[in-house]
Amino acid sequence: MMQVTKGVVLILSLLISTVSASAELYVAVASNFAGVMSAIAEQFEKQTGHQVRLVFGSTGKHYAQIQHGAPYDAFFAADDKRPILLEREGIALGGSRFTYAMGKLVLWSPEASLVDAQGKVLQIASFRYLAIANPRLAPYGRAAKQVLAFNGLWEKMQSRIVMGENIGQTYQFVKSGNAALGFVSYSQVLSQQGGVEGSMWMIPSEVYLPIVQQAVLIKDNTAARALLKFIQEKPAREMIEQYGYGLP
Amino acid sequence: MKSAADKIEARFVLQRGEFELDVSLSLPATGVIALYGPSGCGKTSLLRAIAGLEQCGNGFFSMRDTVWQDDQTFVLPHLRPFAYVFQETNLFPHLSVKRNLEYGYQRVPKSQRQVDFDEVVTLLGVEPLLARDTALLSGGERQRVAIARALLTSPQLLLMDEPLAALDHQSKLEITPYLERLHEELDIPVFYVSHSADEVARLADQLVLMKAGKVQAFGPIADMLTRVDLPLAHDDDAEAIIEAEVDSHDQAYQLTYLQLVGERFAVPYKDISPGSRVRLRIHARDVSITLARQSDTSILNIVPATVVELCGHGAAQVMVRLNVGHMTILSRITRKSAQALSLAPGKPVYAQVKSVALLT
Amino acid sequence: MLLTEADLAALWVTLKLAGVVTAILLLLGTPLAWWLARSQMRYKFLIEAVVALPLVLPPTVLGFYLLIMLGPHGPVGGLMQMFGGQPLAFTFTGLVIGSVFYSLPFVVQPLQDAFTSVGGRLLETAATLGASPLDRFFTIAVPLAAPGFLTATVLGFAHTVGEFGVVLMIGGNIPGKTQVLSIAIYDHVETLEYGRAHLLSGGLLLMSFLLLVAVYGFNRRIKVAGL
Repeated sequence: MMQVTKGVVLILSLLISTVSASAELYVAVASNFAGVMSAIAEQFEKQTGHQVRLVFGSTGKHYAQIQHGAPYDAFFAADDKRPILLEREGIALGGSRFTYAMGKLVLWSPEASLVDAQGKVLQIASFRYLAIANPRLAPYGRAAKQVLAFNGLWEKMQSRIVMGENIGQTYQFVKSGNAALGFVSYSQVLSQQGGVEGSMWMIPSEVYLPIVQQAVLIKDNTAARALLKFIQEKPAREMIEQYGYGLP
Repeated sequence: MKSAADKIEARFVLQRGEFELDVSLSLPATGVIALYGPSGCGKTSLLRAIAGLEQCGNGFFSMRDTVWQDDQTFVLPHLRPFAYVFQETNLFPHLSVKRNLEYGYQRVPKSQRQVDFDEVVTLLGVEPLLARDTALLSGGERQRVAIARALLTSPQLLLMDEPLAALDHQSKLEITPYLERLHEELDIPVFYVSHSADEVARLADQLVLMKAGKVQAFGPIADMLTRVDLPLAHDDDAEAIIEAEVDSHDQAYQLTYLQLVGERFAVPYKDISPGSRVRLRIHARDVSITLARQSDTSILNIVPATVVELCGHGAAQVMVRLNVGHMTILSRITRKSAQALSLAPGKPVYAQVKSVALLT
Repeated sequence: MLLTEADLAALWVTLKLAGVVTAILLLLGTPLAWWLARSQMRYKFLIEAVVALPLVLPPTVLGFYLLIMLGPHGPVGGLMQMFGGQPLAFTFTGLVIGSVFYSLPFVVQPLQDAFTSVGGRLLETAATLGASPLDRFFTIAVPLAAPGFLTATVLGFAHTVGEFGVVLMIGGNIPGKTQVLSIAIYDHVETLEYGRAHLLSGGLLLMSFLLLVAVYGFNRRIKVAGL
């Protein structure tokens, strides 16, 4: 009997010490930010001893989950709309919202010479399918639509456009060759060595509204606050840029 | 005399797991051929091999001059002119009785139809069932429908796999007369699988005795039942089948007299017209032997006979084979009596028959 | 609240897709199910496993592979291009092909079960009554497997209506061509148009439920009738 009691006490004390020494964070992260966020979280864990559990997914889904009480500590969205809504609804912590990255839109093809540096390929239109993300769902899609509209091509392209539900799927359409080219995010096509396979047009940022990716705090705790602070510091910002994102 | 063209030749070697069927038969293509033996001896497998439902590489089957299977030929089951009556009847549950009957009938070209639909329906008494759902039939009714369905295909050979085995006693009684009528009216050979000695005695003309996948012996039923080298003659119910002719009826004593090798045999009255051939079953235990004709006895049926052979049958008893005219009967007596009478092959005796069953 | 034109178009594409896919599956699935039910072949289980794969695989996996296979660098797409054919991704035909794979087990398995339960005995009996293999298939196996056919048809249809992952991967969401109901619902949810999502989802739920009620009710009646 004594043995059992001792054991229980030991386990309890271990549990308590774990909780107090380092916290476990649950963070919802937009899929497009998965790569860089993993790298940043690893650094953060090393420095603080906190554990970060990243849950990647579509921002729309995360938003709905959080609305219904999903136990996330922080939310890294693919846009600013959902963080603003959460803030208004009183679910996110007021004043915690900030822009952690800006998406860069590119027109890309895995074929070496298809896309020229000015995007004239869109005028020539020698392709069957042009992939874009669904403008109603994905910020990159909305931006792609703005680019096409700016060039007076939106209507003309209708018969060629295929839409991915998110930017990841759009990339898949192009990468697999089913669509010859598509508007994707620079971070997707940029390799870790800094090069881009295929051909690409970096869209000038003037022709589309900024793709603002914002984060908010859902639960107020020191570990979550530390993570949000960590991501705004220089080492993390450098990593974000290195992965092909812009900074505010 | 039967010519070679009137024969059924069957040779099959078939391996199914542990069981091996290895048979070779040559039988006259006429009458009812009973396949008889204990369960698992291969009766059904043989029947299925004949039907072509069980494929075996080196088999041979021919009937009259038609080869159904040899090294080069394998006629598919649906093209073989036989009909099969299964133990479980296998009526089609989605079809009415009438549609079941028509199923095979309609698949025979009109020019090749040998049977009349209404005749068969009447023969098996299934007319009142025609409109019924098969699920609402009794066991006996189901089997009658199945037999009628088989006959309606105008078969040249009928295969029957224990058609009575799944039936209760009442249904058996109900259906047996129909089978006997078939025996009389059909002029096609019938293979009849059974493990019931009674059914075999009633129906069979030829008997194929099977054991562990092999044919032990085959031949005319009367010979097979009385051969002392076969187990049938050593059964407690050992019996002989003989044929006789109806002579006359005795209304006063409710007896029917039969003519048997010049002797008059009395059996309980049965309404059969004089002159008809009938089958009699005589159990070995009901036959006693005397050296002189007895007159002061209650036994009515006494025939002169000749001892053919004696066979030890346990320490106390012997089985005696007796010739009655050209037919054979069995008598089981004590060894002591056999010695007292000095029975030996060739000795003329009198057989006293205590009880006779009229089979038809 | 009424359905928008886009929703109606999605509904039409969905029903057309489900109808075409179900018809193709019945044509292909019947002989396949028959073979699976009757064959004594030793390695039959391998085929059975392949047929059942879509049951356990996330549809996105199937969609992903289809996307690659149908693409110009994939084996199917490559062949198509070699013979001057149009690429299949983002076309209604492409969706049909993907959905046929995806819904295959939902048609084949009920049919296989139904054919198995018909059993060899009745078919043998039909053979002894002079029915050729094709004859006994149509006069014995098919009528006795009728409940299985009904189940297969409804499951194949309903499952294609409810399909999402495959269409998501190879559809390209082209209104009136490859945009189906489930994708439209997804879009509504993602864009926070919960009202319209409810309308479509509720309709889909009700339709699926009614279809299944009809099937199970009918199958029960058949059993009660002793057919």
